[in-house]
Amino acid sequence: MIDPVTLAVLKGRLEQIADEMDATLFRSAFNPIIAEAHDASHGLYDANSGATLVQGKSGLPVFVGAMAFAVKAVIDKAQADGNLAPGDVYIFNDPYDGGTHLSDFKLVRPYFRNGEVFCYLASVGHWHDVGGNVPGNYNPVATESFQEGMLIPPVKLFEKGALRQDIVDILRANSRLPGSLYGDLSGQINALELGDKRLSELLDDYGDAVVREAFRELQARAARLMRANIEELPDGTYSCEDWLDNDGILDAPLKIALDLTISGDTMTLDFSRSSPACAGPVNIARSTAVASVYVAIKHLFTDVPANAGVLDPVSIVIPDATLLSVSAPKPVGGYTETILRVIDVIFGAMAKAAPDRSNGCAYGTINALSLAGHRKDGRRWVMFSFFGGGHGGHPEGDGLNHGNAPISTATIPPVEILEAAYPVFFTQWALRPDSGGPGRHRGGLGAIYEIELLEEHAEVFLFGERGRYAPSGVVGGGKAALNKFFYEQADGFHEPPMASKMVGIRIARGQRLRLETPGGGGYGDARTRDPGAVLRDVQLGYVTREAAARDYGVSVTEAGALDPAVAEDGRKVPES
Amino acid sequence: MSGRPAYVIGVDVGGTFTDVFFLDEASGRCGVAKVPSTRPDQSLGFMEGIRLGVDDFADIATVVHGTTVGTNALLERKGARTGIITTQGFRDALEMRRRDRPRTWGLWGQFEPVVPRDLRLEVTERTLADGTLRTEIDPEDVKDRARGLIEAGAESLCVVFINAYANPENERKALEAVRSVWPNDHIVASSDILPEIREFERTSTATLNAYLQPPVGTYLQRLEEALKDGGFDGQVLIVQSNGGVMSVETARRRPIRTALSGPAAGVIASAHIAKSAGFPNVITCDMGGTSFDVSLVAGGESALAAQTAIDFGMVVRMPMIEITTIGAGGGSIAWVDRGGLLQIGPESAGSDPGPVCYGLGNDRPTVTDANLVLGRINAEKPIGGKLERLDVEAARQAIAAGVGEALNLDVMGAAEAIIRVANSRMAGAIRLVSIERGHNPADFAAMPFGGGGALHAGALIKEVGLKSALVPRYPGVTSALGCTIADMRHDFVQTVNGLLDELDLAALNSRMAELAEEGHAMLNRAAVRFGGSDIVFALDMSYLGQTHTVDVTLPAHDKPGAHAVTRAQITEAFEARYKEVYGRPLEGIRVRVLNLRVSVIGRRPKFDLKLLAPDSETSGDEALIGRRRVWVDGAWRDAAIYERLRMPVGKVVPGPAILEQPDTTIFIEPDLEGRTDEFGNLVIARKGG
Repeated sequence: MIDPVTLAVLKGRLEQIADEMDATLFRSAFNPIIAEAHDASHGLYDANSGATLVQGKSGLPVFVGAMAFAVKAVIDKAQADGNLAPGDVYIFNDPYDGGTHLSDFKLVRPYFRNGEVFCYLASVGHWHDVGGNVPGNYNPVATESFQEGMLIPPVKLFEKGALRQDIVDILRANSRLPGSLYGDLSGQINALELGDKRLSELLDDYGDAVVREAFRELQARAARLMRANIEELPDGTYSCEDWLDNDGILDAPLKIALDLTISGDTMTLDFSRSSPACAGPVNIARSTAVASVYVAIKHLFTDVPANAGVLDPVSIVIPDATLLSVSAPKPVGGYTETILRVIDVIFGAMAKAAPDRSNGCAYGTINALSLAGHRKDGRRWVMFSFFGGGHGGHPEGDGLNHGNAPISTATIPPVEILEAAYPVFFTQWALRPDSGGPGRHRGGLGAIYEIELLEEHAEVFLFGERGRYAPSGVVGGGKAALNKFFYEQADGFHEPPMASKMVGIRIARGQRLRLETPGGGGYGDARTRDPGAVLRDVQLGYVTREAAARDYGVSVTEAGALDPAVAEDGRKVPES
Repeated sequence: MSGRPAYVIGVDVGGTFTDVFFLDEASGRCGVAKVPSTRPDQSLGFMEGIRLGVDDFADIATVVHGTTVGTNALLERKGARTGIITTQGFRDALEMRRRDRPRTWGLWGQFEPVVPRDLRLEVTERTLADGTLRTEIDPEDVKDRARGLIEAGAESLCVVFINAYANPENERKALEAVRSVWPNDHIVASSDILPEIREFERTSTATLNAYLQPPVGTYLQRLEEALKDGGFDGQVLIVQSNGGVMSVETARRRPIRTALSGPAAGVIASAHIAKSAGFPNVITCDMGGTSFDVSLVAGGESALAAQTAIDFGMVVRMPMIEITTIGAGGGSIAWVDRGGLLQIGPESAGSDPGPVCYGLGNDRPTVTDANLVLGRINAEKPIGGKLERLDVEAARQAIAAGVGEALNLDVMGAAEAIIRVANSRMAGAIRLVSIERGHNPADFAAMPFGGGGALHAGALIKEVGLKSALVPRYPGVTSALGCTIADMRHDFVQTVNGLLDELDLAALNSRMAELAEEGHAMLNRAAVRFGGSDIVFALDMSYLGQTHTVDVTLPAHDKPGAHAVTRAQITEAFEARYKEVYGRPLEGIRVRVLNLRVSVIGRRPKFDLKLLAPDSETSGDEALIGRRRVWVDGAWRDAAIYERLRMPVGKVVPGPAILEQPDTTIFIEPDLEGRTDEFGNLVIARKGG
């Protein structure tokens, strides 16, 4: 058996390999979704099961769980073909096998040692455009994946070390931005080569047997750690439900329901009561659902490592008929919205089991907004970005203002970079008052972004959520504000009929778009919030006087002081 | 020949001690002093330290100072009450950051900007990305806001407008308007501090500068007055985070440049000492109570980072010595997680209560406790001189209880495990700055400075595959020494943001000349004796579509005024650099130039480090002061104990051995040996290597 000290040393070395692969791709990628938003991930995976052995710390959190399924898909394909060789690299983006959505291209490379597969190295990155009906691929009205982009099954990109140019040509021919695609692909190839080199150095230092043993032992310890965490929670079943606005096709809410059962050192997450598969693109594959459970667990139990052992004491129940377990060609382009909701119900249920471990829900929508058009010289332009919102209040304090989504570590591009690259200018980029859910610890604030078009015309696409169902608070905390989107036409501002989803709206020079994002849910009863903190919120403009009185029962004078006419601390005693 | 001394004095004020290094340029003699740091007024300890070595302040030609006043004000949020005047619609840019969060996992982060929302006011004005003025400012509007901020108690002010990097006109007019009503000169425009694209980074950097102007300015003024009152009539220079020095006048206007002043001086000294000793490539290792800081020096030059986050959301975008920090210091706590894995830090006992062996109330084992139990630290002679002796028994018990039981190891096994895991974490930090940046570790030496690093240097050689370790003669005063030799340096940046094939070369060349001239003017104004000067021109470049750039140094020029570059030269330099960083240049994609960077460096004369060498011509036998057993690789070994400062040049000490000196302890492992070089440095390498 491997000694615990060597194990601790190897853990650091292995994580460093994955981290270095991440860093290489982030620096060399062409599209901002990878370079700035870090929508990519790298890791080492088990030679037989594809289970995650080690994952980089800086990649997109949701891939930690999803990539195991992607590697397994390649293992199955290679087995069927029977011709896996050193120097091979598979590429694919099939979301039903590999998780997430078509934009995420996975490269999987077997690592051979003494003629046998020792493990797999894999790289995943979100490409800027992979065809389909909508530039940037967030098509809120897709009813089949064919409308979302090209689908590539696992095929060899490299055969015994030789690049297959025909595959590269097919990929490039199917994108609106072939140059960007080529740059990102090159970055992923470089990252895998680097990982291969680093792993060889490590194996030469420590020997294959020791490293193999370390893989096994790290999984076992992750499982043990997770069991210890679960054991601290009170046994019982805790339920939580939340809703998606609609699927973009039919304007009807979709339920995500969780029954969380804690029993000793195991935990069952049963999503059976969730809505059936829907027509539009907010379905997800089962692999994606499992990956999102992993993300929620990592946020709640930050000390568990990023490997498959964590899910060992966790059972996940998802019947095939639900929107959390669909197969081809059901559209899955908007998977981010659905997994954010899965994470929200886990936070909600956990808050009932252990109020001091959970937090209010975050803003819960990525708001994928794209503007596309042609410049005077005929060149095509596509501006595509995700927007931020507030994080939930938590046991230690108020939620973070303007944070990134729990499934990602993405940063937002600066206004000045966007304005330099695209014919737009921003008239507002600000915190949104009253958007944080009231609570003893208030939810963080969402944002207001207002954009004016400088070119003749543009088409606008939005894929968002939380337009009808606001992010929830926990432990008695209140809801955050709803997501709001307005677009200007000759006759004034309009809201999309499907709340936060919209395709192909044409706007003209001088017209504006306005996005107001939700904050986070509150934590604890707002009426128990320190009146001094409420006053400060009013003085800073985080909360309006009206909301202070309505939500917190605290009366603030026009001059900005606690109202002595009401009570010494400005708070009216509730009538009994 | 008056025979009077002419001192150059380096003063490094750290958290615990103020270190002073004296160099008498007249006699060639040098000396050191160490006194406790004083807070809140660091100038008291500063003066006391100098008095220990100098009788008549009139004999001091130059004082060079590494300060933590700015660093502390940032970390403790004790800067001035600051206001912001910005573009309508953007007052929250500082608070919204780049939409990030403090940690990947866990959503309990919080952030409080240094300027609260009610002190961030907006005016109607707008510049577009191409520099077009869409809306001019109304100076009366600006004055109105400024008066409001004064009324609200603001002491300093930052004016920052969107796209000011492309056209600073509105910012300049606004600053002028503010000047007419503001009661002091603590006001800045973002385009003066950082004319670079990216509004959050520019806002943060410029605002933090304004935030530091009052406290750093007050401190420097007090310091200058105290020196003058003592009869001093020389020049005071301040160490910047980029490793160069600047005048007090510049430091007052640009205090943000002192954010990493203290650590930068240490790295500069290390680079110089190492280069003199024939080691152009070193990785400096500074092990303190709570952290382990590493920095890379390649070819005698220290690596600079373009941007540094002082804390979450406190971004400073200026070239600073690149320091990578991990939470593994002497006081870092060793513990076993619930999965049964041994972990070191990030929780630390610091220096108070400190390790268990200090006997000041901590009962959880630390890295220092493990070193003590293994016999590597002398329990009877603790460094720093604060404590009488260290409690070995208490350390043993804590290690047995905190680590041994959970891992099923005896005390010695557990102590050795703690050191091994701590070493592997430090090795990870070294790999991060070397291997991950494409350097071959076999070309590098580890260079420990500060108190703790020399105990671990030998292990790090082996763990990372470094060539050797170089322990300077006075590790504890490295930063103070660095102050005396740092060059004067001024960095400039200007966003260009154009395609290379469309770039107005004449405009670029004339901008280069202007910035070079401005830098030279600053050197001249400082009235410092230079041995020469250098200009470095670089461009931040990328392929069109990439958002990250590579830094491309343009062909060198030795004469000011002779800076013209051609498109072909730029292309060639870019492709070479891109290849170096990413392996292969890309075909058929247009190239973009984002920023121009200019560094103007005034070279200060370096003193001969042989002055530090031991002066005895002895065999070194008297340096051997005893023997004690040391636990290595699962067994007790008999190790020789030497008094380090009495080791003569050329003396070779085979491991296992321990070298003691007042400010550090050096451990030479059994398979290594240590040799004292002609400068008094100790070079540790593999036996027979």
